[in-house]
Amino acid sequence: MSLMTRRGALTFGAGIVVTLVAADDGRATPAEADAEIAKFTGGKTAEDGRITIDLPEIAENGNTVPLSITVDSPMNADDFVSDILIVSDGNPYPGVVKFHLTPMSGRAAAATRIRLAATENVIVVAKTSAGKLYTARRLVKVTVGGCGG
Amino acid sequence: MAEKTRLRVPTEAKKGDIIQIKTLTSHPMETGLRKDENGKPILREIIKSFACTFNGKPLFSADLEPAIAANPYIEFTAKMAESGTFAFTWTEDDGTVTTAQASITVS
Repeated sequence: MSLMTRRGALTFGAGIVVTLVAADDGRATPAEADAEIAKFTGGKTAEDGRITIDLPEIAENGNTVPLSITVDSPMNADDFVSDILIVSDGNPYPGVVKFHLTPMSGRAAAATRIRLAATENVIVVAKTSAGKLYTARRLVKVTVGGCGG
Repeated sequence: MAEKTRLRVPTEAKKGDIIQIKTLTSHPMETGLRKDENGKPILREIIKSFACTFNGKPLFSADLEPAIAANPYIEFTAKMAESGTFAFTWTEDDGTVTTAQASITVS
């Protein structure tokens, strides 16, 4: 093959970068989880507390892990939890689910079943109608990862 | 697509009661990251949103990601002020919508 042109060399270089990214283990990083949280909070800091996360300490099957969230809130028209963001820092994508509540909810509580690829943190951020932000996190040890590797 | 939905909603409540609503729909929640036995990627197929209204008013909704387990289970609450009907919708990536309803008598 003849000498590589400048453009050819650039394309070749870009090819290497893509390969390196693809060779990553395909997991979201804590930084990506933080970016997802920043999108939700608008960059404001969330206070610790008010949130109860119900998750097993050890999940034997990462394909379906029961998750239940409760936020301490009066849930009336003047002051209610409007949105709850759940992210994790070890799945292929950081986002897990967003719940949207109303004063009609009566309680700031919701539950679902999630996938966890590996031992990782589950981070919850709750937003109130008054613009207050609360956060909590839990580390879950995962024996067999979900997401189908 | 979602083939079957299961709801657990009380049929009766007293005014002011906070009831629990449980929903389940059969769906693979295929992440798009898995490969079949021939190494071909399996296409992404996700229920991306769920919503519940009561008498036409928004009560609860959720934006789902591939990190939600297959056959999405969603549980939430409602404070009952009047009799009426809950309407549930599950919307997939491709726009397919599955619906269900449940009625409650509030005394």
